[in-house]
Amino acid sequence: MSIKAHIRVDHGAFQLDAALDLPSQGVTALFGPSGSGKTTLLRALAGLDRHPNSQVTVQDCVWQNKTEWLAPHERPIGLVFQEPSLFEHLTVQENLNYGRQRIPEEARKVPLEQSIDLLAIGPLLNRYPHQLSLGEQQRAALARALAVCPDWLMMDEPLAALDAARKREILPYLETLCRETDLPILYVSHSREEIARLADHLVLLDDGRVTAAGPIAELFSQMDLALTHAPDSAALVTTTVAGHDKIFDLTLLDFAGGQFQVAHHALPVGAEVRLQVQASDVSLTLDRPKQTSILNIFPGQVTELTDAGPSHTLVKLTVAGTATSLLARITRKSADQLGLEPGHSIYAQVKSAALLR
Amino acid sequence: MNLQPEDWTALWITLKLAAVTTLILIIFGTPLAWWLSQTRFRGKFLVEAIVALPLVLPPTVLGFYLLVAMGPEGPVGRFFQAIGGQPPVFSFAGLVIGSVIYSLPFVVQPLQDAFSAIGTRPLEAAATLRASPWDRFWSVAVPLARPGFVTAAVLGFAHTLGEFGVVLMIGGNIPGETQVVSIAIYDHVESLAYTQAHWVAGTLLVISFLLLVAVYAGNGKFRVWKS
Repeated sequence: MSIKAHIRVDHGAFQLDAALDLPSQGVTALFGPSGSGKTTLLRALAGLDRHPNSQVTVQDCVWQNKTEWLAPHERPIGLVFQEPSLFEHLTVQENLNYGRQRIPEEARKVPLEQSIDLLAIGPLLNRYPHQLSLGEQQRAALARALAVCPDWLMMDEPLAALDAARKREILPYLETLCRETDLPILYVSHSREEIARLADHLVLLDDGRVTAAGPIAELFSQMDLALTHAPDSAALVTTTVAGHDKIFDLTLLDFAGGQFQVAHHALPVGAEVRLQVQASDVSLTLDRPKQTSILNIFPGQVTELTDAGPSHTLVKLTVAGTATSLLARITRKSADQLGLEPGHSIYAQVKSAALLR
Repeated sequence: MNLQPEDWTALWITLKLAAVTTLILIIFGTPLAWWLSQTRFRGKFLVEAIVALPLVLPPTVLGFYLLVAMGPEGPVGRFFQAIGGQPPVFSFAGLVIGSVIYSLPFVVQPLQDAFSAIGTRPLEAAATLRASPWDRFWSVAVPLARPGFVTAAVLGFAHTLGEFGVVLMIGGNIPGETQVVSIAIYDHVESLAYTQAHWVAGTLLVISFLLLVAVYAGNGKFRVWKS
């Protein structure tokens, strides 16, 4: 059920030419700076804008090509805009019913209550949008998009209009949604933090072009991307909860290359957890350190080195016996003193790792 | 009651004219206003200028052209004759045609403003919720433009109520047929029947005021969600 699309836009100053192949599972983020064409792409996929010379095919179904055009109300999608965009003249319940009533009964596969519970909007159902906070409105808008039981859920920077406190309020709902639903999700964002938490796949956009696409962990540690060179560059590691150390109050997280020990999190054993390891939190040694305060030490191999500013070097290494990559941001002097070269064996000391989900 | 039977008739004709005109204008003005609010047609400003013309033209100018057009030799008059009728000058039908044109901007402009104020977003949201364009218009645009409809209807009605010049030109002041209140008052004043003029004018004033009070009080109930 993947989406294959080629969108071309020629608006003089703004040019976009993007070929997309979007997987039908998980959360795919369209990621790039403002003006890179993310929203333009999403709107084209949703059918809100029609650009000639573009094609959109979903499975065997043509949404757009030279001769055919599926109007937005005929596309099996749910869309969440940057602003909640609830209907002001309807209550939350009526907003949810709006789309729900317009799909055939047999298409109502997911009960409405499920979305209401997931987004905790039960107490708000009889209120009008202007009686809700922006965060509550956005939750209602999410539930409204889910109420039409779409084949694809599309979100256009759903947190961008919210302040930091509201973002923190909504993000857990989004995480639950992304984790618990098997609905493929297209997520437009310019926030590295959001996509690190939510996305499984990335499509990187810059100036109307797709610069890279693939699984998020790969792209986050791909050295030729600007993404990797940001001061807050980080690698992502998928782990499972192996257990908890009650004496020292730690949580143990397994991955193919070993075990992370992090401060305690109340997570069930077996839960899948994504860790974010900042490049600046990783230091490198040639010998296995014996007496150190660092708990998480992994043997690996240097795969790539690149300059990161005048005084720093970014090192990419692969944890031994895995495909997992880590990034280390060290001084150029340290890199020189250690004589780092691709292929060298090395120990990575991870000072801290943030639990994303 | 000190109103004479012909004054009551004039009052009745006036209210009937205003009601019929408002109804016709809402029916035909709504699609026009919607089109103006949505179109990207480059010549839109021309249509807007034509709609606004009655605002600036002296009613006698408008009335004069309408008189010519609706007379036996005019295009509208010929059309009426071709379908087996009479030319509409000096008839109630003629008054309706004149009033519709004269009050057009007072209905179309508030509606167009109300539709424009909705913006594209609620309509796009409705589109992604499976609503067809026709469906979106009725289920989103019309309810959200509700205050605009009230304003348009009140203005259209009130403006027709106070009409004088156009009616005089094309209606001809026939008592019981085309004599409206404003002209009846004028006649009373002309013949120095000031008491009579007072009664008619006062009645119109009271009716207009009560009408506006009822409309705004009713509309207020729904303002809760607009605040």
